[in-house]
Amino acid sequence: MKYLCLVYVEEKLLNSMPQNERIACSNESMAYCDALQKQGQLIAASPLHPVDTATTVRVREGKTSTTDGPFAETKEQLGGFLMIDVPDLNDAIRIAANFPAARFGSIEVRPLKELGCA
Amino acid sequence: MSDEHTNPTRTAVETVYRAESRQVLATLIRLLGDFDAAEEALQEAFAVAMEQWPRDGIPANPRAWLVSTGRFKAIDGMRRRARYDASLNELATHIETTTSDPLVEQMDESIEDDRLRLIFTCCHPALSPEAQIPMTLREVCDLTTEEIARAFLTKPATIAQRIVRAKAKIRDARIPYEVPPPPELPDRVEAVLRVVYLVFNEGYSASFGPSLTRADLSAEAIRLGRLLLQLLPDPEVMGLLALMLLHESRRQARTSASGDLVLLEQQDRSLWNRDLIREGITLVKQALASKRIGPYTLQAAIAAVHAEASNATETDWSQIVALYDLLLQAEPSPIVELNRTVAVAMRDGPAKGLELVDALLERGELAQYHLAHAARADFCRRLGRNADARASYQRALALAKQEPERRFLERRLMELQE
Repeated sequence: MKYLCLVYVEEKLLNSMPQNERIACSNESMAYCDALQKQGQLIAASPLHPVDTATTVRVREGKTSTTDGPFAETKEQLGGFLMIDVPDLNDAIRIAANFPAARFGSIEVRPLKELGCA
Repeated sequence: MSDEHTNPTRTAVETVYRAESRQVLATLIRLLGDFDAAEEALQEAFAVAMEQWPRDGIPANPRAWLVSTGRFKAIDGMRRRARYDASLNELATHIETTTSDPLVEQMDESIEDDRLRLIFTCCHPALSPEAQIPMTLREVCDLTTEEIARAFLTKPATIAQRIVRAKAKIRDARIPYEVPPPPELPDRVEAVLRVVYLVFNEGYSASFGPSLTRADLSAEAIRLGRLLLQLLPDPEVMGLLALMLLHESRRQARTSASGDLVLLEQQDRSLWNRDLIREGITLVKQALASKRIGPYTLQAAIAAVHAEASNATETDWSQIVALYDLLLQAEPSPIVELNRTVAVAMRDGPAKGLELVDALLERGELAQYHLAHAARADFCRRLGRNADARASYQRALALAKQEPERRFLERRLMELQE
């Protein structure tokens, strides 16, 4: 079963971290993803640029509107994701719980709908 | 009615249903991998039993027979429906080849674990607490949605919807049907115990509504506690069961004939149920001997000290305060602090109690909690500070939601006016 783990962190908090801590956290996250990949549990993962870089696109009545910023203003922002393939939700929860950002952010675990969107 | 007399097997089937239906359901969920399919298979198996047992007699192992029949019926049903949905054929073959028929092969010990799997799944932390309780009462205890709705004063449709949503999440997010592995067990057991204790408390001191208690829910919680202890002999499971039994022992004495609240101090202790007390105290001792003492065991130990005293003044208040100190270390909470304050006031007098409760109220967390104001009022009353007592009873009354508690506070206010 595939799950998308959406990693939410408060960008303010991230920015206030000392640089060495940030680098340590980044290294730990990359090593963790490498390990998941070796076990065949990771499909894709990446951190994201801050929400400052986000663009939101909508098409209404054939007209495209493009706005600066994220879809929703929230206290914690989407900072990255992991797409994993594991037997069940308990495994997905275990993987999310061991991801470094879970210690200061929040990870939303969503099962993928594999048979289309209907 | 005459049917029951002429057909004793029919009543025997009903007896088997009451005793075995949850066990059979728990196993069918594992075999079929789906709550609804298992429920349907269970009903079909009993329908076959109603037909066959009166004719052929009750099988030697009714549980295995029911699981086997339910499994067969489910596979058969999938094959028939496969004409419209080809994937069902695959599923039927999968179930047939990966699970065993309990009548053909030895029932393994995992069957005993199925009820535990069911409890852990219904109390999975990925389900909302408001779904965990109805799921547990419905699937584990076999209460109907109508009964659950009545107990929680909601509409059956609301309860049914929560259960449907929870089952959909179990299926779509693939919440596994398993007992968590040992490293995760303590956290998960805690979640299960919390659900059981919430069910008990809803039955013991209903959080709203016209009556003070709902005995049926407490009885279910105690039944669940016993079942859990049987499956999982953990000290905190013992502690929780002991706590529930010791509270339950006072049920008779806790409300007057007119349905009013009677405080522990004023209760007629001859009404306390000695059998429940004995059982509770034995469990507390066992749990304390384990040396892994958690919050439920400590609360049960406090209840045991009360149970052993013949009246309020003879209660060993020093020991109760000491137990509250340990409880505060294990689980810091302003409500535990308030309870400790009441015990200190019993040991050292109301002046000390007033000093502590004022400091506690000052911190703000309990400002909206009616029992904190009621405790303050009581200390003032005992100190003869009637005006202060009245003000605090009024504050408590403004915050209390439960009718018998409100009547109690009103009575106290009246007494002070005389």
